[in-house]
Amino acid sequence: MADLLRRVAEQADLAAFRELYQTYGPRVKAYMMRQGADAATAEDLAQETLFTVWRRASLYAEDKGSVATWIFAIARNMRIDRLRREVPWQELPEGRLEQPSDETPPDEAVSEKERQGRVRAALAELPPEQHEVVALSYIDGLSHGEIAARLGLPLGTVKSRMRIAYQRIRAGLEDLK
Amino acid sequence: MTITHHLDDATLMSFAAGALPAALAAVAAAHTDMCPRCRREVAALERLGGAVMADLSPVALERSEPAQAAALPADRRELSLRTGNGEVPGPIAPLVGGGLDAVAWRWLGPGVWDHPLPLTGAGKLRLLKVAPGHGIPEHGHGGAELTLVLRGSFNDETGRYARGDVADLDETVEHQPVVPPGASDCICLIASETRERFHGLITRQWQRVRRF
Repeated sequence: MADLLRRVAEQADLAAFRELYQTYGPRVKAYMMRQGADAATAEDLAQETLFTVWRRASLYAEDKGSVATWIFAIARNMRIDRLRREVPWQELPEGRLEQPSDETPPDEAVSEKERQGRVRAALAELPPEQHEVVALSYIDGLSHGEIAARLGLPLGTVKSRMRIAYQRIRAGLEDLK
Repeated sequence: MTITHHLDDATLMSFAAGALPAALAAVAAAHTDMCPRCRREVAALERLGGAVMADLSPVALERSEPAQAAALPADRRELSLRTGNGEVPGPIAPLVGGGLDAVAWRWLGPGVWDHPLPLTGAGKLRLLKVAPGHGIPEHGHGGAELTLVLRGSFNDETGRYARGDVADLDETVEHQPVVPPGASDCICLIASETRERFHGLITRQWQRVRRF
């Protein structure tokens, strides 16, 4: 996928872009629908997200995350901007990609693909109650309080499940170093 | 600037997921802008977002992908990265026009001023200025609250907070932040998910009068 993105960035390669579009467009559309958009709006937002990928392809830095991660950040910002119209400043993390890498320790040995694989494996292995709070945050866009209300749990329980889930994901990434 | 108080992991996760209420997200973004450690964490948590999205069952698109380059945007490499304004971090710079010295403060009580920041979306965002020797009004946390120091420092039961530090405390914690006597004014960016329950007498009256 990173190769496709590089071809889009360097050669404005339409075939490469179409392949990215076919792979990620339907997933971004699914994401937008889960966030509350109707099918037509979700389709528009998916298209806009992929157009942003086209425009910003040269800003993608492989050492900062997989293509899926990068597109997720663009889709998330698009969703906040269009569906909620509230948090323009969340464009920040994605914008940061352009800056020199002062934060990510150089780690040539581990490919981003491997890292993303570890995250997916760790996600798949989460116990159901931890997976649930992760999904409600990332897919349904619910705040801590909204998750607590939805599940009928104390706020502290929701937050501690999220912390533990993150520790597991982090552990999956750290033994790569 | 050495930052010692960071965002809680659960806050970081919600922020990376785009699920943090707007006011809290503004403070989280401002802290992240100042804090390399939390930027790393957000990047890691965005990987989790990539994995979650990749696992979704795709929904077929009605329109097919563009067949010609002419159908695609011509302006490439566009990016909106906000730059900071002195002590004001980039993410909130558009809300604090002239910098911290040009803020139109509203008097709340002896040694305490605030300035609400306009925000569409959930929660309440404001700047708070506290003079040396005064406490930040005591408040229980009716909902989540984040306090980021932009200038000066304060102390409370959990330690010393200086520029860049963020207090991300549990709802059950009641703390009493105080700006040390002889120090300079402390200016913080504060977000609350709901209205604070202020306990101080003066602030309680103000709450009544101003529907604080």
